[in-house]
Amino acid sequence: MAVTATLTSTERQIGIAISAGLAILGLAMAAVAKTGPMALHGGMALVLGIALVFYLGGALYDHPEPTNRRHAEYYDAPTRFGIVMTLIWAVAGMGVGVWLAALMYWPEATPAVPWTSYGRLRPVHTSGVIFGFGGNALIATSFYVLQRTSRTRLADAVSPWFVLIGFNLFCLWAATGYVMGQTQSKEYAEPEWYADLWLVLVWVTYFVVYIRTLARRAEPHIYVANWYYMAFILVVAMLHIVNNLALPVTWGAGESFTIWSGVQDAMIQWWYGHNAVAFFLTAGFLGMLYYFLPVRAQRPIWSYRLSILSFWGIVFFYMWAGSHHLHYTALPYWVQTLGMTFSVMLLVPSWASAGNAIATLNGAWDKVRDDATLRFMFVAAVFYGLSTFEGSFLAIRPINSLSHFTDWTVGHVHSGTLGWVAMIVFGAIYSLVPKLWGRDDMAWPKAVEWHFWLAIAGTLIYVVSLWNAGITQGLMWRAYDEGGALSYSFIESVEAMLPYYAARTLGGGLFLAGAFLCTVNCRATMRAAGDRVDEADRPLATQPAE
Amino acid sequence: MSTDPKTLPGADPHTGNREIDPVTGYDTTGHDWGGIKELNTPFPKVALVALVLTVIYSVIAWILLPAWPLGREYTRGILGLDQQEMAERRLRDLVALREDWLGRFENPDFTALSEDADLMAIAMPAADRLYQDNCSACHGRAGSGGPGYPVLHDTYWLWGGAPEDIAMTLQVGINAAHPDTRWAQMPAFDWMEDDELSKLSDYVAAMPSGEADPDSEASTLFAENCVACHSEGGAGGLMNGAPSLVDDAVIYGQDTESVMATLRNGRQGVMPYWSERVSDAEINALSLYVSRLPDDGAADGAETVQASDESPAEATQ
Repeated sequence: MAVTATLTSTERQIGIAISAGLAILGLAMAAVAKTGPMALHGGMALVLGIALVFYLGGALYDHPEPTNRRHAEYYDAPTRFGIVMTLIWAVAGMGVGVWLAALMYWPEATPAVPWTSYGRLRPVHTSGVIFGFGGNALIATSFYVLQRTSRTRLADAVSPWFVLIGFNLFCLWAATGYVMGQTQSKEYAEPEWYADLWLVLVWVTYFVVYIRTLARRAEPHIYVANWYYMAFILVVAMLHIVNNLALPVTWGAGESFTIWSGVQDAMIQWWYGHNAVAFFLTAGFLGMLYYFLPVRAQRPIWSYRLSILSFWGIVFFYMWAGSHHLHYTALPYWVQTLGMTFSVMLLVPSWASAGNAIATLNGAWDKVRDDATLRFMFVAAVFYGLSTFEGSFLAIRPINSLSHFTDWTVGHVHSGTLGWVAMIVFGAIYSLVPKLWGRDDMAWPKAVEWHFWLAIAGTLIYVVSLWNAGITQGLMWRAYDEGGALSYSFIESVEAMLPYYAARTLGGGLFLAGAFLCTVNCRATMRAAGDRVDEADRPLATQPAE
Repeated sequence: MSTDPKTLPGADPHTGNREIDPVTGYDTTGHDWGGIKELNTPFPKVALVALVLTVIYSVIAWILLPAWPLGREYTRGILGLDQQEMAERRLRDLVALREDWLGRFENPDFTALSEDADLMAIAMPAADRLYQDNCSACHGRAGSGGPGYPVLHDTYWLWGGAPEDIAMTLQVGINAAHPDTRWAQMPAFDWMEDDELSKLSDYVAAMPSGEADPDSEASTLFAENCVACHSEGGAGGLMNGAPSLVDDAVIYGQDTESVMATLRNGRQGVMPYWSERVSDAEINALSLYVSRLPDDGAADGAETVQASDESPAEATQ
């Protein structure tokens, strides 16, 4: 079914108006900027806006309008689009990641032009996988989970599209801006002011459609998954706005100065950075876990009480923990102590979540053995537990003095992102794609099994090699001989990294191969879409006619 | 909230019993979200114990260490730790540890220093790390230089290869920002006619092999323009930064094309000065280290010299 057929003619007209607005915004950006990344980004918005106007305008009278019966169905078209974007960003973002890993071992493995230098590609990888892959997966699954657990249809049909298309425009602006050398030099918050403002608009719309749908729920209580998704949406908005407060150099320049300075800037940045880990890479994905794991395992959540402890523990403790990124810096000692202690206390709610998920599988271990999709989710919960333990451990100041600035940090992050975030996303994708494309199973069920083993092998090789790399670096950097002189020069510690960097490239390559297999499998499943409909999978009460 | 079990959600209105999960034996909370239910599992004690333990850890840390802000002040912690003092104390301790051997390098009597085998056994490995951290980026891991950067493990020196001369170069640099820097410039001869440049390049390129024709027009050009710095016959050795043109050592290359580029554009290579980055004693240790690099470097042109992976540390110990 064409996407336009899911929209009423009024909604199509609203869509055309918004698209025209986007085109005009793009034209204005390009006209004011004249040259540089901002002009190109304006041009991209202009082209996208015009394309959407033609797409919606051309179909304005084509398809019959959906009847009021649509209120007796969930609105999954945005989720389908979001999953396709998730897969595209997965291959692109992880592909650039493997490229960068290869550059660490083989620095010449890039064309000798500025656009593909390491420093410009690196944020393409991080933004590509965190926002492109993770963000699309979060938005797509949140709409799906929200409707099921509220037993109601999304509050309206236009804003989910605005959120998804707008978010992907932001991601595209980010990635293309980086290769052109545009950055505001804040890690994970590199895009410039106009892209940041655009994301605020998108995110507020996301929040509004989420809360409006939740308000229409047919269930008396709000399910745990929605607590987490709401925390994710709300806190990311707050983090994004505060950390990105900046003064543009001129209205026509994609350059700005942050309003923060010195150690306050560093503290704001890592308050943002660590809570991006907490609320983007953890809370939202816990929402995903809390829905897809019990559904796939067909088991009740093990402990409601533990869910409550975990949620409030995580949202409360995480907010304090960011300063552990700045141990032994100009940041006052007392802020470091607070960051360290709250990071340690954070372990308990984190493990409560992981334990709750794993205990939920009691009575379904045969399914974990047989079903690679459920195994993805189980492994995700295990890696969630492992990486949160590691995180609390590394936040302890004396331990951080060994690990800081080493590849241990990079290994820790990938244990979380590959082992936890990507695994739960793949579990959700393999649950959703057959269902949303009207089939019983994926086109190639065996390929799911292959993907699982590629992913777990890739993650383990990657993480173990960087543990070794990081600990080796940390030990070499702090070693003094009996005469009080450094035992190793820096270049020796670089040379010692070569085998680990080779291994991490292999691990990343295996993981990428799995993601690629997943994408091809999903594409085959989508092309062989069936017409299976789950009659029980409907809103509880049909909504009155508008 | 009512405590009557019969009124709780999901409860049987007659018995008050709720759905019992056959696997765990716990009842459910009565919630149902599109098929997802929750067990009414009692709160696991281990989670509470863990939470209490981590809170105890935190409270102890807050008592011992600087922790909570109090307006413009903060709780200092009973250990009274200050991270800047701690860092400075550890730095001072290391300085004191190095003083035993490094202190002797404050007096640059290089002969006496290099005759003390025990001292050399400590100092030269340390100097190697200093070299690798500060010098190897340009001069190579083993001192084998590279295009634009002089070889250090050969016998050719523009400003002298004795430890005293090297120490001076390290102190003030070459064409550096230091007020007493060694200064040298190969000016651009871009005012020459193209055919003169071409002949002169050929002439200079032929000098090391002795095949330069002394009766040529280029020889006259050389005498008029080059010998003031490069000395009679291009022999160099005037300690003014102008290299000998008759030996095998090169920095920028002595083939016709490289010489042409040098003549057209001039050269003014920079060696930074190090007196603000490392101490005088460390400069002296480094100077001795560099002077003791084995003079086995084949000075056969920067184009062919590749930085060696091998550290020369063992050879100098």
